[in-house]
Amino acid sequence: MASFLFATLSIICIGAVMGMILFKNQAYSALCLILAFICTGGLFGLLNAPFIAVVQIIIYAGAIMVLFIFVIMMIDVRKGLSPEKKRWFLYPSIGMGVIFIGELIFIINRALGPSQTLASDALGSPKVLGRMLFTKYLYPFEITSILIIAALVGAIVLVKKKDTP
Amino acid sequence: MIPTAYFLVLSAVLFVMGTVGFLVKKDLITQFMCVEVMLNAANLAFIAFAHSASSLNGQIIVFFIITVAAAEAAVGLAIILLVYKQRKTVKSEDISLMKG
Repeated sequence: MASFLFATLSIICIGAVMGMILFKNQAYSALCLILAFICTGGLFGLLNAPFIAVVQIIIYAGAIMVLFIFVIMMIDVRKGLSPEKKRWFLYPSIGMGVIFIGELIFIINRALGPSQTLASDALGSPKVLGRMLFTKYLYPFEITSILIIAALVGAIVLVKKKDTP
Repeated sequence: MIPTAYFLVLSAVLFVMGTVGFLVKKDLITQFMCVEVMLNAANLAFIAFAHSASSLNGQIIVFFIITVAAAEAAVGLAIILLVYKQRKTVKSEDISLMKG
């Protein structure tokens, strides 16, 4: 059952990312990316991380992608995208990607050894994770709030109209 | 149980697809989405390692990565909007000023 779920989710995820790259329309790309994020959330759930799975779906597939779609809505796509230039860059980048993935799979193969399956019982329930966040990781958690405030203020300052004195 | 290596290979595939998409596509918004895919692949690797080491620290780090990604998306999309306002384009090849 678990391997069937893994196969289905990973195939949908890779297909969605492929669709995101291949679609010309940015709104369709965003929808494909939402599908890919939901599939990744399912994979997190498969790996005993239900809290992270829910956070992934709410924050990534919900908040961040809504932000993307808002920006796509504000930008006039037909005016913003000038006609295609010559794309000599396509084939070298695909070749580089093939080499890169070969390297990564080689490293994973070398590093992990024959078969490493630990029967894990560390379930990432919200209770345990919340306790860790507020005890062991308290300082990073507070610093993250400062980071979010900085990002919020920065985004507002960037897109603010400059004509007000 | 599914071996950890499968998840790592899936994470590597997603990361490379993000990289290639970033290089191939020419509009800023899709390139930004490719960066999000790469972050997501890193998250998947973190969770897979946390699962195989039966430790929760990896999940905490993924939580922080998701928060930082949200902040990064807000600032990055603001920058893209600003570029569109000033240059009337969202293509990365139209705003390359460093051609030698």
